Amino acid sequence: MAILRLLAIRLFTTLVTLSGVAVIVFFVIRVVPGNPIAMMLPPGATDEDIARLSALYGLDQPLVTQFGIWVAGVVQGDFGTSITTRQPVLDLVLGRLPATLELSIMALVMAVILGGAAALTGTRFRGGRTEGAIDVANGMALSVPDFLWGLVLILLFGVLLPLFHISGRVTPSLELPFTTDFYLFESLIRLRFDLWADIVSHMFMPALALAIPLAAIIGQLLKQSLKETMNLDYVTLARTKGYGETRVILREALRNAALPTLTLVGVQFTFLIGGTVIIERLFSYEGLGNMAIDAVINRDLPLIQGIVLLFALIFTVVNLIVDLLYAVLNPRLRHA
Amino acid sequence: MTFLSIRNLSVRLKKGPPLLRRVSLDVAAGEVRGLVGESGAGKSMIGKAVLGILPPSVEVTGGEILLDGTDLLRLPPAERRRRIGATCALIPQDPLTALNPSHRIGPQITDRLVDILGWTRADATARARDLLAEVQIPDPDRVLRAYPHELSGGMRQRILIASAFAAEPKLIVADEPTTALDVTVQKQILKLIAGMQARHGTALLFVTHDLGVVSKVCQRLSVLYSGMVVEDSSVTDFFAAPRHAYSAALLAATPKYTDPAAGLLPVPDAVIDAVRAEVAAHDRGAA
Amino acid sequence: MLDGRSMIRRRAGLRLWLSAGWLALLCLAALLAPWVAPKDPLAQDLFLGRLPPFWVAGAEPGYWLGTDSLGRDVLSRIIHGARVALMVALIAGTITCLIGATLGLLAGFLRGWVDMAISRLIDIWMAFPPVLFSILLIAVLGPGLISIIIAIVVIDWTRFARVVRAEAMAQGAMDYVASARVAGRGRIGTMIREILPNVLPTIVVLLTLEMGIAVIVEAILSFVNLSISTDDPTWGGMIAEGRTSIHQAWWVLVFPLITLFLTVLSFSQLGEGLKDRFDPVLR
Repeated sequence: MAILRLLAIRLFTTLVTLSGVAVIVFFVIRVVPGNPIAMMLPPGATDEDIARLSALYGLDQPLVTQFGIWVAGVVQGDFGTSITTRQPVLDLVLGRLPATLELSIMALVMAVILGGAAALTGTRFRGGRTEGAIDVANGMALSVPDFLWGLVLILLFGVLLPLFHISGRVTPSLELPFTTDFYLFESLIRLRFDLWADIVSHMFMPALALAIPLAAIIGQLLKQSLKETMNLDYVTLARTKGYGETRVILREALRNAALPTLTLVGVQFTFLIGGTVIIERLFSYEGLGNMAIDAVINRDLPLIQGIVLLFALIFTVVNLIVDLLYAVLNPRLRHA
Repeated sequence: MTFLSIRNLSVRLKKGPPLLRRVSLDVAAGEVRGLVGESGAGKSMIGKAVLGILPPSVEVTGGEILLDGTDLLRLPPAERRRRIGATCALIPQDPLTALNPSHRIGPQITDRLVDILGWTRADATARARDLLAEVQIPDPDRVLRAYPHELSGGMRQRILIASAFAAEPKLIVADEPTTALDVTVQKQILKLIAGMQARHGTALLFVTHDLGVVSKVCQRLSVLYSGMVVEDSSVTDFFAAPRHAYSAALLAATPKYTDPAAGLLPVPDAVIDAVRAEVAAHDRGAA
Repeated sequence: MLDGRSMIRRRAGLRLWLSAGWLALLCLAALLAPWVAPKDPLAQDLFLGRLPPFWVAGAEPGYWLGTDSLGRDVLSRIIHGARVALMVALIAGTITCLIGATLGLLAGFLRGWVDMAISRLIDIWMAFPPVLFSILLIAVLGPGLISIIIAIVVIDWTRFARVVRAEAMAQGAMDYVASARVAGRGRIGTMIREILPNVLPTIVVLLTLEMGIAVIVEAILSFVNLSISTDDPTWGGMIAEGRTSIHQAWWVLVFPLITLFLTVLSFSQLGEGLKDRFDPVLR
C-alpha cells in the first residue's frame, strides 16, 4: 500500500517537473539571437524565402501562440519537425534513444561491478595495503572526468593494444537483421552472437569511460558504509556462528550497507546519462547525445527541444525507479 | 569436567597498554561462572577472546584458550571459527542492534544449523519453532516470518536467547544480557536464561557488573580489576566472606536487596591504591 | 608508528606540492607564451606536416613534440592553448565563486526571508540536470568563449552557495559572532569581518576545484567545436584534431591529452590537499 501511494505521489511530481522543463525549454530557446531559418537556406536567398519558411515552421507567430500550437502537438505526440533533416522530431529522437539507453545501462552495470568489487575487496582487506591502493585508485578515478578517461581508453585499447573498436555502434559493413533499435538486446534474442560481439566491442570503451567515475563513487560510498556496518552487533553475532569473513560481508553486511549507497547512485546515474552526450561524440556513437550536439551546432530548435525533454524524462524516470527500489529493498518501508 | 579453560591469557591494544593480564579461569560443563568488575576491567574482553571476536585494534600476546582440551589460539582461523560456531554461542547485550534488520527472524535462528551443522531447512525450522515456544513467545510461526523492527525489545532478547541455544552449544557467553532492558523485563529475562541453562545443561560465562545478578544465577565468579583476576571463588564463599579487599569493597558498594536503606559505600581510595600496586607488581613479575 | 595512515599523510603533502608546481609552471608558460613557445603556433608548413616528436626517427630539430597535419608545432600550440584554458579557469572560476559565495554568505548569515529565497533558488537549480542546462545555454548563447564562461557561472554558482551557506550558518552560531555583535558591529560588518575570514578556506578549496571543472568544460566544448571559432590553439581543439589522425600521428592527441589530464588532476588534487590542510576549520 505504502509503495502504491509513493508511486502516485512520485508520478505526480514527475509530471509537474516535466511540464516545468517543457515551459522553460520552450521559452528559453525562443530568445536565441540569430535566425535559424536563414541558416537553412543557401546563400542568396531572399527575405521572402525566409518569411515563407518561417511561416511553414510557425516561427512568425507570437510566442504564446507558438507555445499553444506546440503544446497541442506534444499532447498528440507531435513534437514538430527537425529543421535540418525535415523529419518528425519524435521519430528521430526515438530512433536514437535505444542506443543511448543501451550504452547507459551497460555503463551502469560496469560501474556497479567495478565499484562493488572495489568496495568488497577493500572491506575484506581493510586496514591493509590493499585498501590503501583501492583508495588511491578511487581518488584518481574521481578526479578525472569521463571525457578524459574516454581519450585515455582510446589510446590504450584502440591504438596501443587495439582490442576494441573506437568509433560507431556496429561495423558498417555488417548486415543487420534487426527490427528494433535495441541492437545489443535484439542480437542476443536472435542468438546472433557474432553481431553481439561486434556491438559489445563498439560499446565497451564508451561504456567503461562513463562507468569509471561512477564506479569510484560506488566504491567509496559502499566501502565506507560496509566498514561501518561490519562493526555492528548483528555482524559480530554472525561471526560467532562460525561464518568466515567473506561470507559475513556478503550475507550480513552488504544488503544493509547498500541501501544508503543506492539513493546516491541514483543521482550519480543521471550524471552518467548526461555524460553520454560528450562520450557519444568522442566515440562517434550514434545516440541521442551525439544528435544533441549536432542539433546545437545547427541550431535545430525543434530537435533540441525534443532531445532536452526526452533527457528530462529519462532523469525523472531514473529517480522514480531509485525511490521505488529503495522502498522495495528496505523492509521497514515495505511494511510501514 | 572442565569444558573451557583459559590459561594466562594476555591481551593488549596493538602496541598499547594491556587489557587482560595473564587471566586464568575454568568453566566446567554445565557450570555458570560470573565475570564481574567495573566497566573497562576487561570482563567483556574475555568473552570476546573465547568467541574469537576481539576487535581488530587489540591483539593476544600470550596464553591459551582451551576449548574441550584444544587450544583455540593455535588452530587455523577457519577451523577455529567452525569449532566455536559448532560448540559456543553468544547472548548479546543490546537486542535492538543484534538482529539483522534486513533478514526475517526465522533464518537468523536457523542459519547456523543449516550452514555450519548441515541440518535440513525443515528440521531447522521445526527446531526454531520449538525454541520460540520454550522462550514463551506466542505464535512462533508469525514471529519466524517477521522482521526485527516489528518486534519489541523484550521479544527480540527472547529470540536471541532461543537462537543461542539452537545448536545445543556446550558454552554460552552472555554479555550483560539484561543491561539494555527495562527493569521489569530484566527479571523475566534473567529467569529465562537461568531456566534454559538448567534444562539444557549448558555452561555459561555470564558477564555482568551487577553482583545481585551473580548471586541469583552463578555458581562461581571471577572478579576483575584492570584486566587482572583478583578473586576466583564460589558464589556462596564470596558472599559469605570475599577474600580480596577489592572484592569486599565492590560487594559493599552493591545495593543490598535486603536493606535498601543501608546506602552505598564507594570503593575506598586506599583499596584502589592497594589493588593498583598489585597490578603494577603483577606487570613487573610478568616482564 | 609508521602505518598506512602516516604514509598517506606524507603522500598528501607531496601531492599538494606536485600539483601546485605543475599549475605554477603552466601559469608561467601561459603568461610568457610569445617568448617561451619555440615556434609560431599558427604558422602552417605543409612540408613539415605530421613530424614525430624528437626521440622518434624522422623528427625535425626544433619541433620537440612534433607537428600536426598542417605542420603546426604541437609544443607551441600547447603553450598557447594554456592561455585559453587558464583564462577560462580564472575568469569563470572567480565570477562563479564571487556570485555563489556572496549569495551563500548572505543566506547563511542573514537567514530569514533572504535565506528562504536563495535556498529555493538553489533547490530549483539542483533539480535541473547540468548537462541539459549547458546544452540549452550554449544553444541560446551561441558558441564562443564568453558563452562558455556564462554557462559555467550560471550552472555552477550553486556549488559555492550551498556549501558556503551551511558553513556561514555554523559559524554564525558561534560565540565569537555574538560577542562581535555585542561589541556594536553592524550585521554586514560582522559578516565581512568575522564570518568571511572563517569561511575563506572553504571558498578557496571550492574555487580550486571549480577551476579544474572550468578547464575541462572549455576543453569539451572546444572539442565539439562550440568554443572559440578561430584558429586559436585550444587543448580541446587539438585533441579533436588528434582524434581524427590517431593512427597516423598519435602525438597530436597524446601531448595535449597529457597536459589536460595533468592540469585537471592538479586542480582537483590541490583542492583535496588544501581541504586536508584546512581540516580543523572545515569540519
